[in-house]
Amino acid sequence: MVDERGKDMTEKVTYNEKLETKLQEIFAGGAPKYHEKLKEQQKLFVRDRLELLFDNGEYTEDGRFANCEAGDLPADGVVTAMGKVNGQTVCVMANDSTIKAGSWGARTVEKIIRIQEIAEKQRVPMLYLVDSAGARITDQLAMFPNRRGAGKIFHNQVRLSGFIPQICILFGPSAAGGAYIPAFCDIVIMVDGNASMYLGSPRMAEKVIGEKVTLEEMGGAKMHCSVSGCGDVLAANEEQAIAEARRYLEFFPANYTEKPALKEMIAAKAGRTLEAIIPENQNAPFDMYEALDVLIDEGSFFDIKKLFATEIITGLARIEGQPVGIIANQPKAKGGVLFGDSADKAAKFINLCDAFSIPLLFLADVPGFMIGTKVERAGIIRHGAKLIMAMSSATVPKISVIVRKAYGAGLYAMSGPAFEPDVCIALPTAQIAVMGPEAAVNAVYSNKIEAIEDPKERVAFVKEKHNEYKEEIDIYKMASELIIDEIVAPSNLREVLADRFRFYSTKNVPQPPKKHSVYPV
Amino acid sequence: MTQLKASMAGTVFTVNVKEGEEVAAGQVVMVLESMKMEIPVEAETAGKVATIHAQVGDFVNDEDVLVTIEA
Repeated sequence: MVDERGKDMTEKVTYNEKLETKLQEIFAGGAPKYHEKLKEQQKLFVRDRLELLFDNGEYTEDGRFANCEAGDLPADGVVTAMGKVNGQTVCVMANDSTIKAGSWGARTVEKIIRIQEIAEKQRVPMLYLVDSAGARITDQLAMFPNRRGAGKIFHNQVRLSGFIPQICILFGPSAAGGAYIPAFCDIVIMVDGNASMYLGSPRMAEKVIGEKVTLEEMGGAKMHCSVSGCGDVLAANEEQAIAEARRYLEFFPANYTEKPALKEMIAAKAGRTLEAIIPENQNAPFDMYEALDVLIDEGSFFDIKKLFATEIITGLARIEGQPVGIIANQPKAKGGVLFGDSADKAAKFINLCDAFSIPLLFLADVPGFMIGTKVERAGIIRHGAKLIMAMSSATVPKISVIVRKAYGAGLYAMSGPAFEPDVCIALPTAQIAVMGPEAAVNAVYSNKIEAIEDPKERVAFVKEKHNEYKEEIDIYKMASELIIDEIVAPSNLREVLADRFRFYSTKNVPQPPKKHSVYPV
Repeated sequence: MTQLKASMAGTVFTVNVKEGEEVAAGQVVMVLESMKMEIPVEAETAGKVATIHAQVGDFVNDEDVLVTIEA
């Protein structure tokens, strides 16, 4: 074969054929039988996942030829790529479970480290699409203990935490040490039925500690999203998981130096008014989600840890197009009482929003922290301290709305007046106190109440003291004393919040110089 | 059989159903009182109330079975 100048092209064609063959092998992934297995598990091939994730399915890949001479390890079981999501550049690492179950060899690890380094240099979000059996034991010396071994991936994640958004979508297993990839991400989206996270497999648990348990019970998606709190979003299938990741990213800037994008305003969902939703009886339950619908742009809510510690709601939303992070007590679940898990959930969410300049809205209807032996032994004070520290040290705009009651340390946890919210707003139903009237009267007058023999007289005495107490904690008295900044009609709350968040958008609070706080973990 | 369990420690405030009664999914079958708050206990699925395990005024711990419902 000769070209137009009469030069022999045979060698060139051979080069191109070799390249083409190699690329075809790489794009094909593992052997056909492993692709069949994916279909049985209702999983997508890694490259199909990436096409769904990136705008127009387009991405630029690095390290495609990693381990290409090995024959059966195309790309060494991981795709690392850059592309756009919602028009914003992101970096991605994605395990290929058709190749040795997505296990990590030396080049797999090196590729992941390199894409993390690119994400750092470019200051763009990093996504981890995890579906991996963990370390490739046969390669352990080359990939496990060394300076650029697997540990470096986690080190980089910690280094990048709060610098750029880090998102994990868990499609399959994330086993042993690999389970720390999701643990260090800002958010973990898990696919129901296939995703799992565990340090020791059920087989290992049976051998080592004698426990007989299924994978789903020990580390399944439902368990992690509702019990352990390691999962944030439970997705029904892979397509939904990827769509959720894309939606989540809409709320975030590329890195900590930028601000999240504003969007066009959408009206709130039509429905009942706040006056109709919130019962006057402080002890009666209502659904805070219905109240949220009145305040936020319709369809904008992104629930984080929806199934975990349901007594507190944490999620991203928009109010007149402005992104906000919402922390709201849920009176419908456990009375909205704060537990160790609720404190953990809210603390991480506040840290997340504060890291990426997302303003915070607290909606308080909280009887306080749970009491009793069980929670004390579980360290509720330590967990509560985490929440109060996260809330207190957040420097983004903070608006605290006392929806109904805010008792005891519950007031503090929900960014009460002492914690420098930019404004503390009360609805007319608000009640702020160390404790509720019944508990307070009982605490102060229990001996006196017991000493009154006539039942009618006793009831009258208790009622009189209740009324005195209610007068003491009257919300207009609190406003008169400048304890709270404003009382707002429920029908005006959405507009007031939108105006104030716009006003506070230039907030800049210098912090006292120090290395870092001593976290109460 | 579905077992409805206490979500937290407290006392039984009201029992809203009787054994043998048909209930709908989401129906409040019992209300607990804890931390001065009313905590509704809802049927997770429709069915017939087989057994009521706690009466008004009883102290229950979290995870205690309150009501058993037959599908």
